[in-house]
Amino acid sequence: MTVEAAHPPPAVAAAEYDIRLIGLTKRFGDDVVAVDDISLDIDRGHFFALLGPSGCGKTTTLRMIGGFEEPTEGRIELGGVDVAPLPPYKRDVNTVFQSYALFPHLSIFENVAFGLRRRGVKGSQLRTRVIESLELVGLAGLEKRKPRQLSGGQQQRIALARALVNRPRVLLLDEPLGALDLKLRKEMQLELKRIQHEVGITFVHVTHDQEEAMTMADRIVIMNGGHIEQLGTPTELYESPRTAFVAGFLGVSNLLEGTAVAEDRVKLADGTEVRCPREVLGGRSGTVQIGVRPEKLRIGEGAGNTLSGTVTESAYIGVSTQYILDTPAGPVTVYMQNDRPGGQVATGERLTLSWSPESTFVVDTQEGTQ
Amino acid sequence: MGVFRLFHRHQGATPYLLLTPGLLWLGLFFLAPLGFLIYQSLESGSIVAGFGFHFSWQWSNYWDALKGYTGEFERSFEYAGLATIIALVVSYPVAYWIAFRGGRWKNLLLLFIVAPFFVTYLIRTLAWQTILADHGVVVRILIDLHLVAHGGRVLATGTAVIAGITYNFLPFMALPVYVSLEQIDQTLVEAAEDLYANKWLAFLRVTFPLSLPGVVAGTLLTFIPAAGDFINATLLGSPTSHMIGNVINSKFNGTIDYPSAAAMSFILMAVILGLVLLYARAVGTEKLTG
Ligand SMILES: Nc1ncnc2c1ncn2[C@@H]1O[C@H](COP(=O)(O)OP(=O)(O)O)[C@@H](O)[C@H]1O
Ligand SMILES: [Mg+2]
Repeated sequence: MTVEAAHPPPAVAAAEYDIRLIGLTKRFGDDVVAVDDISLDIDRGHFFALLGPSGCGKTTTLRMIGGFEEPTEGRIELGGVDVAPLPPYKRDVNTVFQSYALFPHLSIFENVAFGLRRRGVKGSQLRTRVIESLELVGLAGLEKRKPRQLSGGQQQRIALARALVNRPRVLLLDEPLGALDLKLRKEMQLELKRIQHEVGITFVHVTHDQEEAMTMADRIVIMNGGHIEQLGTPTELYESPRTAFVAGFLGVSNLLEGTAVAEDRVKLADGTEVRCPREVLGGRSGTVQIGVRPEKLRIGEGAGNTLSGTVTESAYIGVSTQYILDTPAGPVTVYMQNDRPGGQVATGERLTLSWSPESTFVVDTQEGTQ
Repeated sequence: MGVFRLFHRHQGATPYLLLTPGLLWLGLFFLAPLGFLIYQSLESGSIVAGFGFHFSWQWSNYWDALKGYTGEFERSFEYAGLATIIALVVSYPVAYWIAFRGGRWKNLLLLFIVAPFFVTYLIRTLAWQTILADHGVVVRILIDLHLVAHGGRVLATGTAVIAGITYNFLPFMALPVYVSLEQIDQTLVEAAEDLYANKWLAFLRVTFPLSLPGVVAGTLLTFIPAAGDFINATLLGSPTSHMIGNVINSKFNGTIDYPSAAAMSFILMAVILGLVLLYARAVGTEKLTG
């Protein structure tokens, strides 16, 4: 494929931002703040995910980058250039729309050729690039068809080919897999990642599906209510969420309220003291919430932190069983691997749980989260 | 079980059963009169010869109509064609604006387009006599702008007839165009702009082609009745701006020359049909059915 040159050298990539958002804000009318003071840098060549629940401002952010919505405040830079005065057709950015937005009156060939024709590409060069782009998404040979003659999954790929054929600086994708069924979605997740790797273009992928974001992205920003909750790699976000919202949005987590009593210790409501890494507590004092992922809990006494409680619920999931324990510090969820026969615990039994201080994270107490 | 089988067996006949009332209507009120019209157009005789018409394969009725009234035929298609084009040019921007900028006023604005229809055709056309009257405001302004010669008139000219037809058939153009524009997903326009088309190119390559079914429907709904119209030419024109509709009307109702009138009606119908087929061919039948 010659769709785009290979990745730039890492040193250059680290120094160069493809997208820079500075204090970006969008208000609709007087009381809707769709995007609230977002600042963000996206590195060249990254697969970047904008993750958050429905209505948190993801689409609006993407539309501002694309030029379809004018920011109320703030700046957008593409490759170091302020694009505020540029209309969509002058921005070096292409979009894969959620509804695909294929032109129903044009053939697949003309759909993919649309952007190239506007830029004056003609003849055999046009043809070669269109075919190459269709090959990239695995749909060569369908040039003569009309969009309505294709399945949803095929239309999705055409939308991708139509955008990528222009070799933009950045590709914006707004929930591109949202309309596909589960199996196809999983396939396309891997496919999209392969394509991104192959073309080396920066992808900004909007999704409300945390699993999708974790699977595909190098870097994720989690949005909530128009603002950024946290930005990081999938591992960072999962292992060390900084807010209760992030902890709850990415997988299951146990959050227990307590008071910071030392720079590496938190005292829970029942008096149990829990240790955590010093940098995780980060010098906080007063009321905090500590968190631990269910799969990090072991049953039985052990080194590190311990907590006891009564089993109130159990759910057999196959590879593991999920138990909910009632502890003095609050309800706690734990997963136990079903790795040997007869390991089940009945409801009403008392259990002691233990976990390593390294698996403990701390989030700020916030009202109205989760 | 038996009932189901009965139902199943009858399913093959159901479409035809449903078509029957329509086909009967068509047969009784369209095909039968049409047959009678052909029959009549080949009759001979006249009032002078004592009222009786008799069937005699009188093909000369057709040649006489074409030879004697070439001007009226030509004018019919010229006026109808011009009125259709003007109606399209006038109503497309209006329909576009209502569809995309109308917001919550859409329905009210559409009502304004249809509003003249609450007044009868005749009165509406008579109103244009006043509007275009020789000493009226419109003509005076046109004279001041040197668009009309001093002492010249607009009423009783072809221009007045075309203006009347355009006005009377405008909603037939505006409404289908509006409907097809309104259905266009605005994301498609955004997609075009995303793919480096400026506003004008996005309109030309996406919005306009997608509105073609409405344009085609509107032009047909305007052109076909306009070509056979005689009210506008009667009230706003003069004998030199008469259309074939005027001639047919006077032959049927005035000189009681049924065979000639029938032959002219038939020629008019055939030419319209021919033009529609050519048009359909040019824009593609796909556009006719949407
Ligand atoms: N054109 C608009 N007018 C008014 N409110 C809007 C408009 N577009 C989006 N919003 C509001 O802004 C918020 C963010 O919307 P959106 O960016 O679409 O969220 P997401 O894509 O994350 O689901 C929502 O509350 C939505 O109702
Ligand atoms: Mg959205």
